[in-house]
Amino acid sequence: MQVSMIVNGEEVTREIEGRLLLVHFLRDHLGLTGTHWGCDTSNCGTCVVWLDGEPVKSCTVLAAMAGGHEVRTVEDLERGGELDPVQRGFMECHGLQCGFCTPGMMMTARALLDRNPDPSEGEIREAISGQICRCTGYATIVRSVRWAAAHEANSPAGGAS
Amino acid sequence: MTTTDERPAGFENNDHKPVGHGRMLRKEDPRFIRGKGRYVDDVQLPGMLHCAILRSPVAHARIVSIDTSAAEAHPKVKAVVTGATLTGLGLAWMPTLSGDVQAVLATDKVRFQGQEVAFVVAEDRYAARDALELIDVEYDVLDPVVDVRKALDPSAPVIRDDLDGKRNNHIFDWETGDEAATEAVFASADVVVSEDIVYPRVHPAPMETCGCVADYDRIDSRLTLWSTSQAPHAHRTLYAIVAGLPEHKIRVISPDIGGGFGGKVPIYPGYVCAIVGSIVTGKPVKWMEDRSENLTSTGFARDYIMRGEIAATRDGRILAVRTNVLADHGAFNGVAAPVKYPAGFFGVFTGSYDLQAAYCKMTAVYTNKAPGGVAYACSFRITEAVYLVERIVDCLAYELKMDPVELRIKNFIQPEQFPYRTKTGWLYDSGDYEPTMRKALEIAGYDDLRKEQAERRARGELMGIGVAFFTEAVGAGPRKDMDILGLGMADGCELRVHPTGKAVVRLSVQSQGQGHETTFAQIVAEEIGIPPADIDVVHGDTDQTPFGLGTYGSRSTPVSGAAAALVARKVRDKARIIASGMLEVSVADLEWVKGAFHVKGDPEKSVTIQDIAMRAHGAGDLPEGIEGGLEAQICYNPENLTYPHGAYICVVDIDPGTAQVKVRRFVAVDDCGTRINPMIIEGQVHRGLTDGVGMALMEMIAFDEDGNCLGGSLMDYLIPTALEVPDWETGFTVTPSPHHPIGAKGVGESATVGSPPAIVNAVVDALKPFGIRHADMPLTPSRVWDAMRGVPRPPV
Repeated sequence: MQVSMIVNGEEVTREIEGRLLLVHFLRDHLGLTGTHWGCDTSNCGTCVVWLDGEPVKSCTVLAAMAGGHEVRTVEDLERGGELDPVQRGFMECHGLQCGFCTPGMMMTARALLDRNPDPSEGEIREAISGQICRCTGYATIVRSVRWAAAHEANSPAGGAS
Repeated sequence: MTTTDERPAGFENNDHKPVGHGRMLRKEDPRFIRGKGRYVDDVQLPGMLHCAILRSPVAHARIVSIDTSAAEAHPKVKAVVTGATLTGLGLAWMPTLSGDVQAVLATDKVRFQGQEVAFVVAEDRYAARDALELIDVEYDVLDPVVDVRKALDPSAPVIRDDLDGKRNNHIFDWETGDEAATEAVFASADVVVSEDIVYPRVHPAPMETCGCVADYDRIDSRLTLWSTSQAPHAHRTLYAIVAGLPEHKIRVISPDIGGGFGGKVPIYPGYVCAIVGSIVTGKPVKWMEDRSENLTSTGFARDYIMRGEIAATRDGRILAVRTNVLADHGAFNGVAAPVKYPAGFFGVFTGSYDLQAAYCKMTAVYTNKAPGGVAYACSFRITEAVYLVERIVDCLAYELKMDPVELRIKNFIQPEQFPYRTKTGWLYDSGDYEPTMRKALEIAGYDDLRKEQAERRARGELMGIGVAFFTEAVGAGPRKDMDILGLGMADGCELRVHPTGKAVVRLSVQSQGQGHETTFAQIVAEEIGIPPADIDVVHGDTDQTPFGLGTYGSRSTPVSGAAAALVARKVRDKARIIASGMLEVSVADLEWVKGAFHVKGDPEKSVTIQDIAMRAHGAGDLPEGIEGGLEAQICYNPENLTYPHGAYICVVDIDPGTAQVKVRRFVAVDDCGTRINPMIIEGQVHRGLTDGVGMALMEMIAFDEDGNCLGGSLMDYLIPTALEVPDWETGFTVTPSPHHPIGAKGVGESATVGSPPAIVNAVVDALKPFGIRHADMPLTPSRVWDAMRGVPRPPV
């Protein structure tokens, strides 16, 4: 079957099998390997991307279901040569080690900050609780998201850097 | 070099040195935060095929027949390979890291659920999975050995009847310490406490599963293998030995690795299958295990059933520790440990205490479970050793009605006793334990916590405070003692300074997230004064790096870090001679100050390392006998292990209505000697503490009576999320190692080792009103509920 969707602002059309998972469509068909695959059961969240602005686990979305919709992946966080504050926060606060869960964590963090520009530690932990990181112990991820909140343009939490 | 002064409140920011050691943002992060990390599954080669493995659905069975005809007829299938095919190639069995053999594909029997039976190579990963469904295997199911306690029963089925003359499931007996001396101390001691302590089977479950891409070039007879390997050089040598391929025609590349934790040390059958698949088809072949395959077949950890005994005087002087261990090694003895250490470094079960005697006797057996045993940041079984001693010391404190902190401090090895030879023969390099413990007490506010606990207990609330103190032995290891399959555990390092003063350092160790590209640049920078940003770190490619045994057991800094420091000093020594020629003074008249040689007493006369690099490669004379260029290579053989230590305090609350344990606070004070990058150290500690919450409260690979794995997905094998762990409170002390060129000790596994006993001690402390002295991990609500009601402990 043929599927068309907007991925990172560009329309893509591909011939696919109906059973193809979105994560494999992004990785194997579009070469967007920043989105990872880790568990098959929606537990780990390394595959989180946005579907129409909402974080979803792309291992449990069929590529066909994304047809006609907009997908955003980690590759689109940096825009116009400018890193997203979330990306900077993860570097500044050591919010990653092996880097495998990081794209999914950042996509969730970006979505959180878009609806809640000044989240508490508890709200951040809740937001990323559907995702697993085996390296950081989460505290530095929480710091990273707080850092991003404080360094957003027009941030209510602290002003731009 | 990237630094910043802007930090969130409370952020550790204690070092701004212009070069060398200190907090520095990671050089590897810019690619990771852009989604540009390159992991094995990201490797796409032209014409690449996909491998999928058919696995046994049962724990123990004889294979009657395998029919692959339907799979072979699948239009997208390029090859179907069974054990029979591999037998013809001499590859059906491969050696394990501990001298046993393991089936690549089962030929006679399957011996655990999830064992590899056949594989398919197909055009895409979905088609490969489809074809597995078309393979028809007839099994004659046998009784499995699941309960390790029954493995040595005379009536137990013999699992390894492939081994000549094998008539039972016994693997080895091992002992350490002095049995008679220990018995004498126990016989005359005021107080003897014993407890059965189980460290259940768990799994490292890195976020990236295991996998590889094998690309065999038939024309050049050259194999390139992108692999999730923590030890690319050792793997290359083993592939050469096992497959008979010439070693110089094998290139193993470990690109970015999504976490390893020891699970990516062994060679797994899947890697061999992909290699065979590539040889057979002449195309590159990718194999990536799925999460279920990861949890059921690769790299389990622990599984020790321990009897702990401790002897002491009535006033709390610990005299001796004794233990008897039954070790479940699964169906093949695949333990990754130095050859002379079949129980890894479990011998450090004497802990941080000055004892009169100690003894351990261990028996290891086969069961119908996946092989493995040494993984999950265990520092070669020190997790088990530290858990045993820190649990049994708490049991003693319970019986003596003594504060567990007071009991520990009273028995610490004293600073003047270092280097300290333990009763099991280990030479602890350095330590100053009491200040580390005091610092943890101070951060935790220990006395106030005890007061709060008393008040809460009076109200019927369940609050627990757990303490653990650990000493680790990491950095394997001295070649006189340690090798894996005959390969000495040394590490090479090469440093080349380019004409313009930039440099490249090549390591034999391999990062799985530890930040080697940063830390090793800092180690070299500290020694030769070239900024870390100007030093490229190359690792994870056998064609690009010197030989060495890889990253596990917290050995990167103790072994390879020492190599990096020493190779930089070798370069600096040469630079000094060149500088003496440039400044026309004798070598003895030069003084090294961070990046430049000055003439003593005349600091205006100076040349930088960059000046020297240009001279070394440039025109003009060099001092007599000095070759051009500025580079060096070494292979470092550690004289001893390094022995980091730490004091951990955990505070838990238990809901009396649901028996749910909540870790309210966790204080970790670590001493890993000289600290290279405090940010990275803190991150490593945080990781291990989270492992501890997982193991103590959530994680277990359990089996039913038929040998079915009950932890085969992340829905069943529970790993902590951000909601189960607190905001970690860390601190440090610094006791440099005298046996390491920069005084550094390993830290990568310290917190995994030290945190489980702290958490369990806290839970047991909370349950003290119920008269409970011990409960086994994982302390899930149901187990805690049972403990509170006096229900006997579940078997493992």
